Amino acid sequence: MFSVILKDVALLSAIGVTLAVIMVIAGRLLSNYGQCKININGKRDVIVTGGSSLLSSLNDKQIYLPSACGGRGSCGACKCKVDSGGGPLLPTEKPFLSKAELAQGNIRLACQVKVKSDITIDIPASIFNIRRFSATVSEIIDYTYDTKGITFKLAEGEMIDFKAGQYVQLETEPYNKVKQRVARAYSISSSPQINDSLQLIIRYVPEGVCTTWVHQHLKIGDKVFLTGPYGDFFLRDTEADIIYVAGGSGKAPIKSILEDLAVKGTSRKMTYFFGARTLKDLYLTEHMKSFEQVFENFSYVPVLSAAEPTDNWTGKTGFVMPYFKETIRDPKNTEAYLCGSPGMINAVTKALMDNGIPQEKIYYDSFG
Amino acid sequence: MDISSFVLFWAAIFTSNILLTNFLGMCSYLSVSKEIESSFGLGISVIFVLTITTGLNWLVYRYILVPGNIVYLQFIVFIIVIAAFVQLLELIIERYAPALYYTLGIFLPLITVNCAIFGVSLFMVIRNYSFLQSIAFGAGSGIGWLLAILMLAALRRKLKEKLVPVGLQGVGISLIITGIMALAFVGFSGIVQIQ
Repeated sequence: MFSVILKDVALLSAIGVTLAVIMVIAGRLLSNYGQCKININGKRDVIVTGGSSLLSSLNDKQIYLPSACGGRGSCGACKCKVDSGGGPLLPTEKPFLSKAELAQGNIRLACQVKVKSDITIDIPASIFNIRRFSATVSEIIDYTYDTKGITFKLAEGEMIDFKAGQYVQLETEPYNKVKQRVARAYSISSSPQINDSLQLIIRYVPEGVCTTWVHQHLKIGDKVFLTGPYGDFFLRDTEADIIYVAGGSGKAPIKSILEDLAVKGTSRKMTYFFGARTLKDLYLTEHMKSFEQVFENFSYVPVLSAAEPTDNWTGKTGFVMPYFKETIRDPKNTEAYLCGSPGMINAVTKALMDNGIPQEKIYYDSFG
Repeated sequence: MDISSFVLFWAAIFTSNILLTNFLGMCSYLSVSKEIESSFGLGISVIFVLTITTGLNWLVYRYILVPGNIVYLQFIVFIIVIAAFVQLLELIIERYAPALYYTLGIFLPLITVNCAIFGVSLFMVIRNYSFLQSIAFGAGSGIGWLLAILMLAALRRKLKEKLVPVGLQGVGISLIITGIMALAFVGFSGIVQIQ
């Protein structure tokens, strides 16, 4: 009896194994497409081994298209333009494409397109741009007693192409008892027109691994590594009114956005609320005020929550939230850009929504 | 069975249509029949896979399962053979006939789980067909399946412009239509009978 079972199992396994071996050999022979060239944005060629999906081929080359489902064709995040070599559109892609994208004809899901020959693709420059830069500290400005503006000069010949409002990750070097490197995200505060260097505004956080390193160890001439640019916190190209709200080092991305707009020009109504505790927490006030002359309809409103009697503060006091109402003309046609601590973001988002601003028009980075 | 392969072929298409008399392969029949072009593509793939896998399964049954005395494992073995063959076919078509791959190849994964394919292999064993009869029966069943899905797809295209009661829209009305088509096909049964 036992030997019969054993024989049957063996026979069944033999059939299974034989078929599996055939499949493996066939896979080797048939799915081998040799070396294929992927031309990206007409600028750069990468050579990959054909046979796998465009998404994973690009990942292997450190080009990371967004993908939430990991290439199973169920999220639609990995859309990109395939100009040639991608074959016809597959029924598995259709459900994820809008009418306009279908009409365009070259929008594909990178996870469904197989690389079987040379292929030409177009991906947003922002994705292509994410890189690790080596840079040198070229300037350190003390904005306040606890906030520094640090300028990093990129290595010779390096250029960073970013949108005003995006952030980079700064890698720390080991110092004192901190043995490992850490990376922390900071918004770029300099204008995107300058692309051979960038400035970050970093506020000292007691016990903070990175801010302690920056404030107590970083010197002019030090070499660091930055990765980026990341993030979709950047000005939307509409005609809507804008409210900026920032606190502490949250001034950085707004500064970049304003400096960018000063070059490009705008007639949008903009109000910038900056929340701080006391007068000595305010910085770059003159610079921000100067934008009131640059733009047709801009005002900078610093608000102090705990002004000292010696500050002789005559401006607005308390929290920023009560002052939104008077500046909002049409809540449905107003965008808000926030940068600050998670607590501030939550409170401000709630106040803005109470004032009728749609949630999808409130933008912020969520890295806290 | 001493029925000739030629008769069996025609019988499989009309009098014993795998879909309309046995109601096998219903899932893809109902879901893909929304478009005539897709239906045709899937139908052609079914014909091809059905013909080959029936032959393959006959060989496996006759020369491995019966001598090895493991006929009771036929369900598992048939499914593995079908799955492996479909996978292999997909690789071959993708490599050597890209155009065909984009029209038919994408349906192949659907076919692996099409019970008409499996059903034909089982009928072949139950009815004790010879190799030639099995091939004829497989090909005929495939053509019959294509015929059925094409008819439904054509009718569904017409239905798009018709007022169908809300509760019957989509699959509901498709099943009723399939039932009426099945009745019509019973009309052929006087010509030849296979069991």
